[in-house]
Amino acid sequence: MEQQTKSEAPITVAGLCKSFGGPAVLDGIAFQLEPRKVTCVLGRSGTGKSVLLRLLIGIEKPDAGSICLEGHDISTASPKELNEARKKVGFLFQQSALYDSMTIEENVAFPLRRHTRLSGVERRERVHQLLESVGMDRDFAKMPSEISGGMRKRVGLARALALEPKIVMFDEPTAGLDPITAAEIAKLIVELRDQRHITSIVVTHDIHTAHAIADRLLVLDGGKILFDGTFEDFHRSENPFIALLVKDAA
Amino acid sequence: MQDVRAVGKPLQTMVEWTGDLGFFCWRAAKASLSRPFEGREFLRQLDAIGAKSLPLAALAGAATGVVLSMQTRDSLTRFGAKSLLPAVIVYSLLKETGPIIASLIVCGRVSAGIGAELGSMRVTEQIDAMEASAVDPYKYLVATRILACIVALPLLTVVTDFVGVMMGWVASTLLDPIPLKLFLSSGFKGGTLSDILPPTFKTAIFGLIIGAVSCFQGMRTSGGTKGVGRSATSSVVLASLFIMLADIVLVRLILEVF
Repeated sequence: MEQQTKSEAPITVAGLCKSFGGPAVLDGIAFQLEPRKVTCVLGRSGTGKSVLLRLLIGIEKPDAGSICLEGHDISTASPKELNEARKKVGFLFQQSALYDSMTIEENVAFPLRRHTRLSGVERRERVHQLLESVGMDRDFAKMPSEISGGMRKRVGLARALALEPKIVMFDEPTAGLDPITAAEIAKLIVELRDQRHITSIVVTHDIHTAHAIADRLLVLDGGKILFDGTFEDFHRSENPFIALLVKDAA
Repeated sequence: MQDVRAVGKPLQTMVEWTGDLGFFCWRAAKASLSRPFEGREFLRQLDAIGAKSLPLAALAGAATGVVLSMQTRDSLTRFGAKSLLPAVIVYSLLKETGPIIASLIVCGRVSAGIGAELGSMRVTEQIDAMEASAVDPYKYLVATRILACIVALPLLTVVTDFVGVMMGWVASTLLDPIPLKLFLSSGFKGGTLSDILPPTFKTAIFGLIIGAVSCFQGMRTSGGTKGVGRSATSSVVLASLFIMLADIVLVRLILEVF
């Protein structure tokens, strides 16, 4: 953690490799996230998109390479240092991963109770603000099992934003949602960038969602970054796999 | 060569499992000793593991006391030693039957619960979410459950012992009335604290086994709902097995030391 880079990039990844006993899932990935932009990571199922996010938050350890989060190398950080770095990052899981033994209010309050010194009243106020910002302020007393998938995503997003992170990671935020709810979640991601100036990295296989929210695209294939650029570059690409994705987007 | 491989593979799996469990316990112990302490979650677990197991432990004690009274009465009458009935009931309950029955009963209830709960949290990414929120799951989920098991087991054993002795008296007095005071005084005659305390406190080790094994099995769950089921089952089976093995060692140790 002593190692501080001069780069202003919220996340800098270099030479990242990861395998699970077989062929490399990620093989020498390198990129930098641009501050206050939405970066979408696209790719087929099983190309290591979710693994990449899990590496970025330190849930998985890389086999090789470095991950600098806000200038701190988390691949070599101690558990305490890693937790300090994690407080600057929000994470929305594919299935939302709400704690099913807690109410919605308790779920959103959980990080606040753990990492802030807010009083009970202040915490409740903050939780209700967060839930209101994602349109879920009326259902705070419900259990996660009592709400729909889209609502769970919203609550998961409120929880991810609880500690006012500078970076938010989204793992398939629109997977399994109907088009209208998916569009609402996409709108929320754009609002985070425009209103709160949050840097986002969004893993998705949905090219339409990516088109709606992304400032920049990364396409993963065969453990490597096949494409890195804007949507304009994406449309101009002559790579056969990219061309297939462009066709799908059209 | 095939025979060697057939033996070698399970042996390797067993060695790996034991090593992983040791590392897991070390990590949980380290987490439990570092600040901030999870007092609130510990109390919640103490309630879930201890208080909610109370009726079961009492019922197990009652059944054991009644059965012990009926069975030993018959045997002792044959040998003309019926007057020893209170002592046999009290000592067999306090020294072995109470602790092991309480531990195995609680093991069945708690191990399955912890294995399934943590297993389902693992497969639904709730544990990953906790890590992503900068909360150590070993501290919040594992250490609190293991500590609650360690504290709850001796307390539940006291309840099992107490209810067992009382129901032993009730069963005994229904057939051959004997005042409670006389039953207790002849039952505890010549007894010392070293007859009661070591067997009761050895259940703290059984609590450690229940907590550690079931948390370990739950935390390493994979394979969706099927995996959760496997974790719940293996938690109960392995914890029960280790309790019985540990009991052999502890009984020998207690006999040597006290």
